[in-house]
Amino acid sequence: MSGAPIMTTAVAEPDPAPGTLVKRHRFSTRLWHWVNAIAVATLFMSGLGIFNAHPRLYWGQYGANFDKPWLELDRFPGWITLPGSYSLAMSRQWHLAFALIFAFALLFYMIWSLINRHISRDLAFRREELSPSHVWQDVKDHARLRFPTGVAALRYSVLQKASYVGVIFVLIPGLILTGLTMSPGMNAAWPWLVELFGGRQSARSIHFLLAFAIVAFFLVHVLMVLLAGPFNEVRSMVTGWYRLPRDRNVEETGR
Amino acid sequence: MTLMTRRSLISGLALSAGAMLTGCDRLAKNESFRDVLFSAENVHRWTQRALTDRNALAQEFSPDQMSPYFRPNGTRNPGTAQYATISANNFADWRLKITGLVNRPLSFSLPQIHSLPHRDQITRHDCVEGWSAIGKWRGVPLRTILNAADLKTNAKYLVFHCADTNGGARPYYESIDLIDAFHPQTILAYALNDKPLMVANGAPLRLRVERHLGYKHAKYLMGIEAVDSLKSIHGGKGGYWEDVAGYEWYAGI
Repeated sequence: MSGAPIMTTAVAEPDPAPGTLVKRHRFSTRLWHWVNAIAVATLFMSGLGIFNAHPRLYWGQYGANFDKPWLELDRFPGWITLPGSYSLAMSRQWHLAFALIFAFALLFYMIWSLINRHISRDLAFRREELSPSHVWQDVKDHARLRFPTGVAALRYSVLQKASYVGVIFVLIPGLILTGLTMSPGMNAAWPWLVELFGGRQSARSIHFLLAFAIVAFFLVHVLMVLLAGPFNEVRSMVTGWYRLPRDRNVEETGR
Repeated sequence: MTLMTRRSLISGLALSAGAMLTGCDRLAKNESFRDVLFSAENVHRWTQRALTDRNALAQEFSPDQMSPYFRPNGTRNPGTAQYATISANNFADWRLKITGLVNRPLSFSLPQIHSLPHRDQITRHDCVEGWSAIGKWRGVPLRTILNAADLKTNAKYLVFHCADTNGGARPYYESIDLIDAFHPQTILAYALNDKPLMVANGAPLRLRVERHLGYKHAKYLMGIEAVDSLKSIHGGKGGYWEDVAGYEWYAGI
């Protein structure tokens, strides 16, 4: 899960040699990535602050103190909530402000990625990638931490594609829509939202679960960056430039 | 990358996360940053009002979908001498006063309220804390009363004054704009689940403004005042929780 390629096989020039710097991430991808990094951290921590106001989750249309929750937790500690001391009003102000940034950033990124063909070139699965043997090979490579070298490192592997597609098209839209479903104004305006998730309290539960799913993604993502070479990976997501990894049998230099 | 630098990177990340949190809390105390942060409420309100039907109805439920028990919240009894007096004789001496920017100031007794055409609605009550309860409300559409009082053309908001003083310092109050005031489901409710409103739920009369969170639904109503600005009312932010803690005035989010 290390990065997004720009150089694709469609380019007629010869493959760049391992060890050279190549342009890897588009500006739209880099901008969206860092906006998300800030937004997800803020939303998760302020979200836990909001959860602390009523740390119980229910399924269905209603749910309050006298109804049976499917999950009941202690309040999350101050070091992981925003603000650090309990304030539902301030948690909501942070959450609702960054929710706008998060949602509109996704919308613009999706449109931008359709126009610059990031989705069709880099994210769309190719048929041969979906064969069980190919997927299994990628699983084994990940498990052995054998990351691709040379130009192969400029393309997403099938597991990377699956996780990015899952985040962009399922996880984040799910968070946005379940968030909207908790708005009583939106409930009146778009009643199909409540129906889609089976009730406002169900939407609140799903919102909570998806928030932890995105944290799980974040942890694996950061782990993969650390394992694949954090300097090169972070540089490519900040500046766009990425040094092509050398073959494994060549001595590692210049990382 | 050596193990040493990797470890320092991880501890550096943890340190910067802690610094970020402290920084966020400090940032949130900065006046101009607060203004930017709090302006998100207006973006939500504009977006909702621009993209959706302003008269859309909140979902109404069937009796079998109701919460087994409707949880009272906030003040369960104003507990003041004034409230003790007005509630003593089954609210015989209670009056709802309609004042401010109206051509006909009015005063209603509880029997007069009961005699007006009413509306029943089984709706979901969403507390800002996150819980929801479904209950059946009966009350007089607010617009019936507003039409009788005849709002002046410069009236922009309705302020709901309550008997609930929250320990004496600040009376509870709330306010809504005319879009919500004339919405068909905005009612002055006097019954919950086919029983007269209990003290814990806001007797004798409370606001139901269905497309908003619970704190908008002012309990223990004493008066409704039509105004052109909220600035001069109590803390100036349009409601008790808005003034005291920084909750959104637009509670449709």
